[in-house]
Amino acid sequence: MHSSDVATPIMSEARSHTYWRRRIIHNARAYAFLLPALFLFAMFMWWPVVESFTLAFQAVTLRFERSWVGLANFRFIFGDKLFFIAWRNTLRYTAMAILFGYIVPVVLALAANEMRPWARDLFRLAYYLPVILPAVVTSLLWKWIFYPAEGGLLNAVLGFFGMPPLRWLNDQRLALPSIWITTTWGGAGGAMIMYMAGLADIPASLYEAAEIDGANIWQRIWYITLPQLRFLMLMMLISQFINNIQLFTQPWVLTQGGPNNATLTNTIYVYRQAFFNAQYGTASAAGLVIFAFLSIFSISYVVLITRRVK
Amino acid sequence: MGMSAVRALFRRRPEADSTMRSVLSEKERRDPAYQVLYWVVFLFLLALALTTLFPLWWMFTGPLKAPLEFISLPPTLWPRGTPRWKTYLDAWNSVSYPLYFRNTILIALGTWILEMFVATTAAFSLAKLKPAGKPVLLALFFSTMAVPGTTLLVPRFITVARPPLFSPLLQHLFGARGLIDTWWAIWLPASVSGFNIFLLTLFFERIPDDYVDAARIDGASAWRLFLQIILPLSRPILAVLTINSFMGSWQSFLWPMLVLPSQDSKHPIMVRLYGLADTFTASRSATEMLAAIAIAAIPPLILFVIFQRQIVRGISQTGLTG
Repeated sequence: MHSSDVATPIMSEARSHTYWRRRIIHNARAYAFLLPALFLFAMFMWWPVVESFTLAFQAVTLRFERSWVGLANFRFIFGDKLFFIAWRNTLRYTAMAILFGYIVPVVLALAANEMRPWARDLFRLAYYLPVILPAVVTSLLWKWIFYPAEGGLLNAVLGFFGMPPLRWLNDQRLALPSIWITTTWGGAGGAMIMYMAGLADIPASLYEAAEIDGANIWQRIWYITLPQLRFLMLMMLISQFINNIQLFTQPWVLTQGGPNNATLTNTIYVYRQAFFNAQYGTASAAGLVIFAFLSIFSISYVVLITRRVK
Repeated sequence: MGMSAVRALFRRRPEADSTMRSVLSEKERRDPAYQVLYWVVFLFLLALALTTLFPLWWMFTGPLKAPLEFISLPPTLWPRGTPRWKTYLDAWNSVSYPLYFRNTILIALGTWILEMFVATTAAFSLAKLKPAGKPVLLALFFSTMAVPGTTLLVPRFITVARPPLFSPLLQHLFGARGLIDTWWAIWLPASVSGFNIFLLTLFFERIPDDYVDAARIDGASAWRLFLQIILPLSRPILAVLTINSFMGSWQSFLWPMLVLPSQDSKHPIMVRLYGLADTFTASRSATEMLAAIAIAAIPPLILFVIFQRQIVRGISQTGLTG
């Protein structure tokens, strides 16, 4: 018998020799199963987390030789115009994405959920299809749609309404909104599908009780639907925020952070510092700033997930 | 197979309908005023859906047109004359897709194997074997979900290039660049996922201990318990994790681009596509380029059509808990 629930006699005070032996063997077995995870996590997760702190205070050569430089990296990035441009762009993008891209999927999900089942499934599929496309594919597709002259698809739409063509990704003021269009097209369906799943879990009895009390549609939505969705909406808000702050693929593929750094994001800044300027130290410092900024959100997120299901 | 997937899309699901309902009640739906509202909303959603789908449609039908027709305005819905299916074939060859498809599949396979191995063994131990110090272990694993990917970018790269402790050995095997330019640089970091362990631990813990006790009474070892009881019972969640793993591998871009700098022949598809992105100039290349992009989108789409129900179920399971 290898059960871990070994009964000990109530009367005796000391655990028997075999009890401890069994406990040790049992734990050895448990830890044997944990070995792969422990080893790999140590190498590729916990150690890099530690390094994300230490590297920020070091200078690292191309041959990965290190020396401590105190706060020099931080002094550099806080004096670097590009660092602030990156944060400004990232925060602007995040604001756009949250302001316009957060509520819309909720509304769409609510509307689609009212449809007959066949229509509901159809809309769910239609809005979710762009989400399945890989980000690089979406970016390259929209790079073509955003063609900055008369021949471009989007400019054709403008021309249909009698408006002149825009330079989109080549225009410093339009580049970031263009990227926002791309990511919203490719991402809103994912949020919508989550909300639809959440809506499906709302018990019918709640609505029936509300109807008996004479609640109209808006009251039902406000007092029943939205509160039931509250947790999901909070999780989505936090996770969308965390992802938006780290946006990389779309601005990189579409504009490489240009034109003139108009779409430079935090992650692009870190990437450039590390792999174009070979400044691993300053890149780590910038990464640490991101960690510090997001820590409140990331920790809340993890706490919420792990608590919710216990 | 395809038809049943399509039929599954449109089939009424009685189990879902009986316990759930939307804001409007059945009685209200029959009210003519609400019917008007319904159709207005329907038309609005339909218009939005068509606008959303149009770029996709355009992407797939674009390569079928003659280059001149492709860039002419207004855009045509379907190529005039015969569709040029050959463009897809040309793209397939000129982009050397066989090689890059193979790369992506091998990378995805290795990632999946390692991911599953690491997560299932760890979750099994945590959930069923209950090692001493379990709270500490849970905290160690789950807290990693709070670290932003950007922050780990540089440290992980350096770890992969100069693995601690193993550096001398690896230098001997792989040369001074450590794991860089090998697929291990992708496989190994991808295998550590706090989310996977979290989800699996949750699922394993919900497997009733009766199964465990029964196996124990029959004298099963932990390993047999793992392989023959726990894993088979976990097929649903393993399917979800597998789909996520594959989709993630297929999409991966930044990390492979980073760790495979000088070995173009080892790149996965997305990195290759990006590398080709500057050939947008002549209109002839444009249709071929679009075909190349479209081809890269097909596997995830096919996977979605086949596994739609599992994917949606997986999203609601993992989404509602995180």
